[in-house]
Parts: sequence; structure tokens; C-alpha cells
Amino acid sequence: MKVLSVRNLTKRFGGLDAVKSVSLEVGPGETVAIIGPNGAGKTTLFQLITGAERPDGGEVYLDGERIDGLPAHVIAAKGVARTFQNGRVYGNLTVLENVLLGAHSRLQAEFGRPAGPVSGALGAIREVVTALSRPARLRRLEAELVEEAMEILSLFGDRLLPRLHQPAYSLSYANRRRTELARALALRPKILLLDEPTAGMNPTETEEMTELIRRLQARGHAILLIEHKLDLVSAVAHWVVALEAGQVLVEGTPETVWADRRLVEAYVGRTGGGAPKGGTARDGDSGAAGGRHLLRTGAGAF
Amino acid sequence: MLDQLINGLVVGNLYALTAVGITQIYGVANVINFAHGSIYMVGAFVGWMAVTWFGLPLLPTLGLVLAASALLGLLVERVAIRPYTGSGRTVLLLTTIAAGLILEQAAQLIWGPETKAFHAPIADVRFRVGGGFIGTLDLVILAVGLTTALVLWLFLKRSRLGWAVRATAQDREAALQMGVDVHQVSRISFAMAGALAGVSGLLVGLYYHSVYHTMGFSASLKGFTAALLGGLGNIPGAILGAYLLGTAESLAVAWLGSTWRDLVGIALLLGVLLFRPGGLFAATRALLPEPTVGTFIPIGRPLRIPRWALLAAAAAALVLPLVVRNGYWLQVLATAWIFGLLAISLNLITGTAGQISLGHAGFLALGAYASAILTTRLQLPFLLALVVSPLIAAAIGVVICYPALRLRGQYLAVATIGLGQGIALVALNWTSLTRGALGISNIAPPTLFGVEIASAAGFYWLTLLLLIGGVWVAERLSGSYLGRAFRAVREDEVAARAYGVGLERYKSIAFGLSAFIAAFAGVLLAHSYTYIAPDTFTHALSLQVLTMVVLGGLDSTMGAVVGALALIAIPESARFLAEYRFLVYGLLLLAMLRFRPRGLLSAAS
Repeated sequence: MKVLSVRNLTKRFGGLDAVKSVSLEVGPGETVAIIGPNGAGKTTLFQLITGAERPDGGEVYLDGERIDGLPAHVIAAKGVARTFQNGRVYGNLTVLENVLLGAHSRLQAEFGRPAGPVSGALGAIREVVTALSRPARLRRLEAELVEEAMEILSLFGDRLLPRLHQPAYSLSYANRRRTELARALALRPKILLLDEPTAGMNPTETEEMTELIRRLQARGHAILLIEHKLDLVSAVAHWVVALEAGQVLVEGTPETVWADRRLVEAYVGRTGGGAPKGGTARDGDSGAAGGRHLLRTGAGAF
Repeated sequence: MLDQLINGLVVGNLYALTAVGITQIYGVANVINFAHGSIYMVGAFVGWMAVTWFGLPLLPTLGLVLAASALLGLLVERVAIRPYTGSGRTVLLLTTIAAGLILEQAAQLIWGPETKAFHAPIADVRFRVGGGFIGTLDLVILAVGLTTALVLWLFLKRSRLGWAVRATAQDREAALQMGVDVHQVSRISFAMAGALAGVSGLLVGLYYHSVYHTMGFSASLKGFTAALLGGLGNIPGAILGAYLLGTAESLAVAWLGSTWRDLVGIALLLGVLLFRPGGLFAATRALLPEPTVGTFIPIGRPLRIPRWALLAAAAAALVLPLVVRNGYWLQVLATAWIFGLLAISLNLITGTAGQISLGHAGFLALGAYASAILTTRLQLPFLLALVVSPLIAAAIGVVICYPALRLRGQYLAVATIGLGQGIALVALNWTSLTRGALGISNIAPPTLFGVEIASAAGFYWLTLLLLIGGVWVAERLSGSYLGRAFRAVREDEVAARAYGVGLERYKSIAFGLSAFIAAFAGVLLAHSYTYIAPDTFTHALSLQVLTMVVLGGLDSTMGAVVGALALIAIPESARFLAEYRFLVYGLLLLAMLRFRPRGLLSAAS
């Protein structure tokens, strides 16, 4: 069974189809990359899957269970963790607290999460009483979570561990992104949604992140990834879905997608051949016909 | 009927003058100016001075008020807005509140606390129109209203400066890039809004024949309501909203009675905030333009106080009555402990969970009324009332706040003002339960296990023990995973939700707990004053508690206690300060937010 299946997902903003009948699947241990020019609907797709926005049509299944239309916090509790495009950590919380918060839904599940006005109120009261009385079970669970958080943080070498008790606002940009990823892992996600995990990172940091994603794959994580850096996509993705104007344009293994003419046109326009706007300085020979190469020079502009 | 409609239109005109300024400042500077009502009040006093002291006729009075209140608008911009550029909107909300407090207290010092009679320097002739009457003053108000609207419209549409104002309102950054001096635009907007507010105050003073130093608060509330009805930032919308509000209120007075006027206004305010926050004329249910990240808390960390220091402080406070035999001082300190409880409870929602509340007196009122009713009407013993009242307050608090919990930032702030006022107004109107404006008197002093706590030391200990309990609860929660969840909501609602923190649930828990703790303060207050009435629980009281929290340090429980102690005990130890109390609060707020935004008890960052 697929970990995540998205079927004909649709979202309209006013008259604009931000996401139009998009379908994709992520199997266990698989990494699927979503690429496409700005405004193609990549992040909107993430918003729909995670419940941050309600889809206008289509379905989302997690391990065969339908989750579209549920509130974001319920979807998170079911095992969908995401990172954000520009890194949203809780600035005044420490690195450790940020990671522990990732496990919030697991803690809450342990101490009651009923919905509805009456049982919801009773559950809330129970949560307060638990937090105040700190039963042994809670203390044990918290201690285990701290241990687990340290283990997750050690994935990042000495990037985060020495800054355990520093507030997140004092971290460098790359470290904030790492904290975000660590928080996502603390949720013990069934599927990990990474929105441009290397945006704004330098080549060394990007290389490190690529390596980290490989290690997550080795640990068996199913990953859905939005990424502009096609080298990274080539390195980690099993499957690539290219979006344009809210629709799936091409999909397939990285090799077949890079070779597809339609993708190049989507990025640099039909006239091709000429220098794509911006981003050419790095590679110089933008006139080359190779799809992947053109795409890469084009991608520099995003 | 026609009379009521005419009255509604005239009153609506007055509201429009206030609302237009609020909406314009929101459009240009993206802040709700909470000092607006105070400028309005000063405008009324300047007019009253011109007419009563100097015997000026109407037109020169109008000119004088225009000039004075425009200057005042500029001053507010200079003192409360400009030094805080880039501090985030919620800080500006607090600084404008501070400016309002300062103006209000200054007005009281200059012109005295009593209501002044104000008669128009024009002949009062009434004309018959259909089935109703219209007076000269009504005509003046309508004329001034229409003229101002026309002048404003011409200014915005035709003049270069008007273009700049509109451009800034549309997109401040883009306007700046195109060479618009946005600071000048901001100054002009504040001056214009100030002038309008002042004139409005003058006309209202004439209309009701009275001016007083607290008249600004209800005016600004009406202004917010009208501006929100029209959609914040929309000038014609604000004018229409004002007429709508004026008419609705007049009809309510005609059908239900005069005490219902404000309640209808509050109902409209809350209704529009909850159901159409973009205003009645917005094409869609607009998304709130409030940021979801870092809206409130400046970066920094609260100071960690070691456990032994806390215990030592508690022990010292407990043995104090054995050393200090002065009943007066014990009483002052007991009041400080009550306010400490209240500040802790506000800190929980505002400091820890980041949900600003400007109506905290409402929670206090819930506890006080619950206990007063239980002990006087049902003759329940004090101890039982002490246990039950907070539960009642928490339940009511959650139920009435729940719909407002999806609002953020300034919208939530306005909604909490509305809720706080709403609670007082319900207490005023539900006469059969609360005895209305008469209030509940003869509330017995606290009695525990048959022993009446009559001595100052006894009451001191009772309040202190409850405060210690409150501190323990707040600290323990704050250090638990629940506290972590509250802070995640404060820091970033979207990211909190994405990690399983359901916003409604945790905000409800925070508000419920806050009401629960605040209600203890309410019970203590009721049984120490032995008399409560709706006007015990004023908006000023809410602001006082907020000042305590900001002073001590947001998200710091002990900070809240220290803030309460400072603001209650210091004015008592220096009696001359008591008279300047709100002036001091305002200045303190301005200074703290400028130089130490995380409060006194915060670690240097």
C-alpha cells in the first residue's frame, strides 16, 4: 500500500486554478520530488496535503485512510510532518524545545485527545490536570522524548547539539532549517514533506543536506520533496513530478523527466535556444540543447 | 420613529467623524490607534474651554479645535508611533494605549475629574420635519459631517498629497520606492485623523451638553465598530458603518430602553469581528491581514529565578504581618497580591500564549459577581463560593471567548475590549440577577470554617496563600509540555498547527485557566470591597493589569507579581504619585516597550 496517495487534488483561488487535478503517490521508503517554476502550485499542494488549506476537490489518503478536509493538527497527529519554505521555527523556544514540540501530538495522544464540545472540554481539563500533577507516566515519556530528541539532533553532527539550549532566533539560517527538520522527525512521521530544504544554503550546506536526506532514506522514511536544485533531486529522488500552472506536466524517473522537451519549454519558453533570463552566468553555455542542462541554468533564476 | 431615525443619523454622523480617522490611520500605518478616543476627548475640552472661558462663537471654536487636535494627532505620532517603527503592530497597539492613558490623566489634572456642562453658542431652534423635530445643532452636526467627508474625499482624490496617502495605504513599500515620503504621509494622516476626532468630540460634547475626561473610551469603541463594519481602511465604508451603527443604536433605545444602546453597539462589534472581519462591504470573507508569526513577543528570554529565591520570597512575605503591624500597609499589600493573581492570569494568555487581551476586567467581574451572587442570594458559605466561582467563571469565559479565538493581533485586541465591556454591560442590564447599576452591596467578609477573617493580617494571609497557589499553578504549567504548546501558538500559529497543536483547544485552555485564576482575584476583591457594581470593572482596570504584565516581563510569572506589587505599592508609598497614576502607567509602558520590551524580569539578550 502507498504511504501517501493524492488523487485529483484541486484548489481554486478566485478564478485561478492553483492546483488542478493533481495525482501522485509515495510508496514506503520512496522519495518523490516535485519540481516546477514559481507559481506552479508546489507549495499549495503541500498546504492541501497538510490541511493548512482545504482542497476544493480530490482526495488525499495516508496509509489508505482518507485525510483531506481534516484540520491541520489532526493530519499532523496522523503522521504527516512538513517543513516550511522559509523555515518557521519557534523563535523564542530553544532548539531542544522546538524539537520536543514536534512530538506534541504523540504526547497528547497519550493523555487524551477527544473532540467535540463536551468530551473536548473534559479532555482539555484532563490535560491541564496531567500537566499540573505530572504523573510518573508523563515524566517517563518526557524523559524518553528528550533522549529521542538528542538522537535526532545528533543526525546533524555538531551543528545543533552544542546549541541545545539556545533560542532558535539566535541560530543561523541553515541551522534554523536543520532545527525544523529535526522537529519534523520528532513527530515520527509516516511521510515527511520537505519544502525546499536547501533554499538559501551554500553548496557545502546543500551537500550536507543531500547526505542527510540519503540517511533518512536509509532509515526508511517516505519523503515528498519540493526542490529547485536539480542535482539534489537527481541524487535522492526515485520519482519526479513536474508541475506547471497547477497541473502535472511530466512525471517519471529523474532521467526521463530531464530528457523531456516539454519541461524545458515550461521553464524557459517555447523559443528555447536563446539565453534564459538570468542565472546563466554560472554555466555560460546556455545555448546547449541538453534538456537537463538548460533546466539547470534556468533553475538558477528561481 | 422618525425622531429616532433623525437621531440615529445625527449620532451616526458623529461616529463617522471618529471612524474615518481610525480607518485612515489603519490604512496608512496599519495600526489601530487606541489614543484616538483621547484626542477626541481633548478636542471636546478645548472646545468647552473656548466657549465657556473665552466666550468664542461656534466657528472660531471649531477652528481652534481643529488646529489643537491636529497638533495632538501629530504629537501622538511622534511619541507613540515613530520611535517604535519596526517593533510590530501589537507593540504599537500598546504604545497608542499608553498615549491615550497619558492624555486622559493629563485632561483630568488640567480640567478636573467632574463632568462639565457644555452649551452650544448658538440659538436652539427646532424645526418640524414630517412627524419629528430637527434642531439647529442637528443641522450643524450634519453640515460639519458632510463638509468634512467632502473635503476629505476631494483631498484624497484630487490633491497630490492625497494620492501619496492612497498610494501608501495600498502598498507602503512600493510607495516608498516611488519616492513618496511615507513618514510625512503618516504624519499628515495622524494630523487629519486627530482633527476629525477633535471636531467629533466637540460636537458630541455639544450634542449631549457635557464633556468629561473619560468620554473618549466609548467614542473610540464606537469608532472601531463603525470602521470595522465598513472594513478597516475603507473610508466610505466607515461612514456607512457609522450611520448603520447610529441608526441601530437609536432603534434599540426606542424599543428596549436607553441602557441597551451600548450593548447593541458591542453586539455589532463582536458580530462583525466574528462573521465578517473584512467588513460588511468586502466582496469575500477577507482573510485577516494579520501576520501569523512573531506578532507580539519581542525576542529575549525571561529571567530564571532559582527555586530557593522563590521560596525565600514566599517565606518572607508570609512572616511579614508578624513584623509589620501597620494595618494600612497590610491592606495595600493584600490588594497588591490580588492584582498579582490577576496579572499572573493575564500573563498566561498574553505573555505565554501570546493572545493579547484588553478586557481582562471582564474575567475579574465574572468571579466577583459569581461569588457575590452565590453568597448574598443563595447564602452559600464563602469557602464554597471561593471554589465554585472560578469554575463558573472559567466555563463562561471559555464559552464567550471561544468564537473570538480565531482572531489575531489587533482584531483580537478589539474583540477582547468588546467582550470585557460586554460582560460589564450584561451585569448592568441583567437587573434581576445583578441588581444592575445599583450593584451588589453587603457582601460578607471572607469566613473560613466559621471564623470571620476580619483582621488586616488575616486577609493578607488569605490573599497571599492564593497568590502562592496561583504562582505554583502558573509556573508548573509553564514548565510542562502544555506551556511549550502555548508558546508554540504564540510564536507561529501555522507551524504550531502543523505539529498537532490544535489552536482552538490550546487557546481555550489558556483562556479558561486565565479566567479561573482571575476569578479568585474577583472573589477576593468582592469580599474585601463588600460592594461591587458594573463600573467596578472598567476598561482602565484591564489596562492597569496589562501594564503590570508588560512592566514585569511578558511570559514571566514572577514578573507579573513584581509588576503588580510595583504598580500598587509605589503609588501608595508616594501619595502624590497616586494622582498621576495613569500618567505614570502610560509613561512606563512607553519607556518599557522602547528600552526593555521583555520587561524588568528578563534576561539580557
